[in-house]
Amino acid sequence: MIDIKKVEGMIDSTPIMKEVADMETGKLPEYQIDSKIPEGPIAEKWTNYKAHQKLVNPANKRLLDVIVVGTGLAGGSAASTLGELGFNVLNFCIQDSPRRAHSIAAQGGINAAKDYQNDGDSVYRLFYDTVKGGDFRSREANVYRLAEVSNNIIDQCVQQGVPFAREYGGLLANRSFGGAQVSRTFYAKGQTGQQLLLGAYSSLNRQIQKGTVKSFNRREMLDIVIIDGRARGIIVRNLITGEIERYAAHAVVLATGGYGRAFFLSTNAMGCNGSAAIQAFKKGAYLANLAFTQIHPTCIPVHGEDQSKLTLMSESLRNDGRIWVPKKKEDAEAIRAGKKKPTDIPDEDRDFYLERRYPAFGNLCPRDIASRAAKERCDAGYGVGTGNAVYLDFKYAIQRLGEDAVRDRYGNLFDMYQMISDDNPYETPMQIFPASHYTMGGIWVDYELQTSIKGLFAIGECNFSDHGANRLGASALMQGLADGYFVLPYTMQNYLSDQIKVPHFSTDAPEFDEAEKQVRARIEKLMNIKGTKSPDQIHKKLGHVMWNLVGMGRTLQSLVKAIDEIEEVRKEFYSDLRIVGNADDMNTELEKALRLEDFILIARMMAIDALNRNESCGAHFREEYQTADGEAARNDEDYMYVSCWKYTGDTEKPILIKEPLKYEAIKVQTRNYKS
Amino acid sequence: METTISVNLRIWRQRGPKEKGAFQNYHLDGVSTGSSFLEMLDMLNQQLVDNGEEPVVFDNDCREGICGMCSLYIDGHPHGPVQGITTCQLHMRKFRDGQTITIEPWRSAAFPVIRDLMVNRNAFDQIQQAGGYVSFNCGGAPDANATPISKEVADVAMDSATCIGCGACVAACKNGSAMLFVSAKVSQFALLPQGQVERKRRARAMVKKMDELGFGNCTNTGACAAECPKSIPLSNIARLNREFIKAKCSD
Repeated sequence: MIDIKKVEGMIDSTPIMKEVADMETGKLPEYQIDSKIPEGPIAEKWTNYKAHQKLVNPANKRLLDVIVVGTGLAGGSAASTLGELGFNVLNFCIQDSPRRAHSIAAQGGINAAKDYQNDGDSVYRLFYDTVKGGDFRSREANVYRLAEVSNNIIDQCVQQGVPFAREYGGLLANRSFGGAQVSRTFYAKGQTGQQLLLGAYSSLNRQIQKGTVKSFNRREMLDIVIIDGRARGIIVRNLITGEIERYAAHAVVLATGGYGRAFFLSTNAMGCNGSAAIQAFKKGAYLANLAFTQIHPTCIPVHGEDQSKLTLMSESLRNDGRIWVPKKKEDAEAIRAGKKKPTDIPDEDRDFYLERRYPAFGNLCPRDIASRAAKERCDAGYGVGTGNAVYLDFKYAIQRLGEDAVRDRYGNLFDMYQMISDDNPYETPMQIFPASHYTMGGIWVDYELQTSIKGLFAIGECNFSDHGANRLGASALMQGLADGYFVLPYTMQNYLSDQIKVPHFSTDAPEFDEAEKQVRARIEKLMNIKGTKSPDQIHKKLGHVMWNLVGMGRTLQSLVKAIDEIEEVRKEFYSDLRIVGNADDMNTELEKALRLEDFILIARMMAIDALNRNESCGAHFREEYQTADGEAARNDEDYMYVSCWKYTGDTEKPILIKEPLKYEAIKVQTRNYKS
Repeated sequence: METTISVNLRIWRQRGPKEKGAFQNYHLDGVSTGSSFLEMLDMLNQQLVDNGEEPVVFDNDCREGICGMCSLYIDGHPHGPVQGITTCQLHMRKFRDGQTITIEPWRSAAFPVIRDLMVNRNAFDQIQQAGGYVSFNCGGAPDANATPISKEVADVAMDSATCIGCGACVAACKNGSAMLFVSAKVSQFALLPQGQVERKRRARAMVKKMDELGFGNCTNTGACAAECPKSIPLSNIARLNREFIKAKCSD
């Protein structure tokens, strides 16, 4: 057990926290947080909440404006549903159309507790699997609600015309995903995210046509406007003209996705960023559980220095693919040297390490475990390819099911793999390696999905609430749509009900003037650095620091080093950044620079949170905290809490506030995927 | 094994929709054949930025062929010379050392150039807004398994729904027609039971909006389907024609 005081002593230049405010001890009462979990047994909380919450009547909904930033599964579904209810919605995205949000790239599927397969599934089991998969670091009441509304999502999407995969009898098909022993994942080929997003986009289009939703494309939010302690508007930059624009509303919803590109290389789209989270943070919202970043086990390995992003191969491949490395080191060496091919290695010389270590779940163990196991084998010298790759082999599935059946299930994924790697996965095993994929951490929200700033809500990947320390496959789509279709449209009314007398806001308010002034000053500051490095060059450096020191395995030393190195990157950014072109015009380099500035702060907070959490749990693996057989050693006594951070300055010590986690409906235990 | 190549690039540069554009020539060395086409353009932009010049503007986002953001007319083909993929999925191993590559934006009256290789595709959103949906409010849906749908029908609907809305069909068409795009969406809903109630209204509204926005007529050339990165088949257009005629006849 490492004493936090000693850690602070070791890193004098960048001590990790200012003060600790703890609800339980009552220290620093001004930072006490209320997660607003409703009373009653877990299965009745959401029903009770809905029965007693305040609503806004239809005539009054018309009087209220809501800004939704983001058009992915969470933002798109929230904007359309709020529009259907009758609110005036202003919906923003940075892409050229709402249909392009990064949710579109999700491949595998969406979970729901329908139990259509009669294999023992239930709302409770989905809840249980999700809490267990999250290694007991998520908020129990939120997860139960997620499982509860999961079934409504499937009904909603089918009615929208989402062409889910079906059986010959005409009913919906399911597949299995990691961390579950039932088949509860609904899918549309390897394009489930695309189809669900196009479903949300179609509902959104209906509202745009009706005039309840106004859509603003190619706009990037640069600040949140707070009036009398409530979020009342946003400042955006028009990415085509470079103009700074103001928008006002009674409430603001952030649905801006994850910040996985802090690692530079990730499976995220090029435009994904953490800027909305940082803007909220700087205005007083808490960032929570930033130590938890999902490193997805099945991505195509890095090919070289000019690489811009990594491509995910759906987890669904682990249904039929078997993961292995050579048993003998000399075979691995021969493969790396190009002297042997994977097909030269006989079955008895293959180490199916997931099946060996986790017999009960085998190749379908959760993502954090599969990723770490791959890293462990590669670090031990058994990696293939460049040394940082393992095999995902379909030979056995082809023998069992035939090539046609495999093509039917995974054809488009195989084609994608072949295009990128130039290898044919029907003939030779795929090479895969973990990569940054999803951020479980994010903006802290209460049960109503409201942040610690009144009137500011956060939904989808950009909040922290449902996945704990590790997200299960096919649960991101579920959470995004649950928040947007079935949770926020209810909970938001509880906030808006006493706002009906508040007239439409003018963007001429002094708070808007001030916010715009600051945005302009920030842009001018960056434009005037006039150094020599492009934003991408500096971003790559940040990515290296993050991957090497805050990646799959962290230590006290690596994190201390990371905080120092991030500070170096920060200094380089402010002294040597170069942005060509003008600020009042389209400028893609300026866009990247603004996002990078925020990534640097997020990266620092990720390292600080990881340093604070002296335990291993889920995706957060501190190498000093492991069991004798290399499994994560969780410390429930000291760390069963959500770590919420309050901003005090870019290089200042943030304040830690703890939200204790209590498990009433589920017995806390050590995660076990072995038996 | 991967090597590096040099390429000569002829790229269309244009400041704005109303301004005159022109081809500019660039030379790039040391391009890894394992890089994607857009990573090659990243390298070019880094070179331009190093020289204090403004980078070439091009739309891109997911870089895995699904968001539909990337475009580019490469050597006379939307999304480049390899069929069935988007520009972001094109790799440099498909090009020879020393090759000259010509890169243009989508060229169509309905897609005005914003800058360089970036075009405005809002017209596609407007067509979808005219009727590309099932009208019902969230919460009102029956159980997902209440209506069986045969696997064959679901699979064909899925093939139509695969459209990524990139606009390659319009760029490929000598008439600048959006028929493949519109027909893919109309087909998806015409095939599924959920789309039946509004079937006629949808076909009429989407075609009307398409015509209003300045897209050309279809002359069954088939370039759209040949160049579609998702291989959406021409049979969708035949279905749209049937849907539209049936809707018109019942007027």
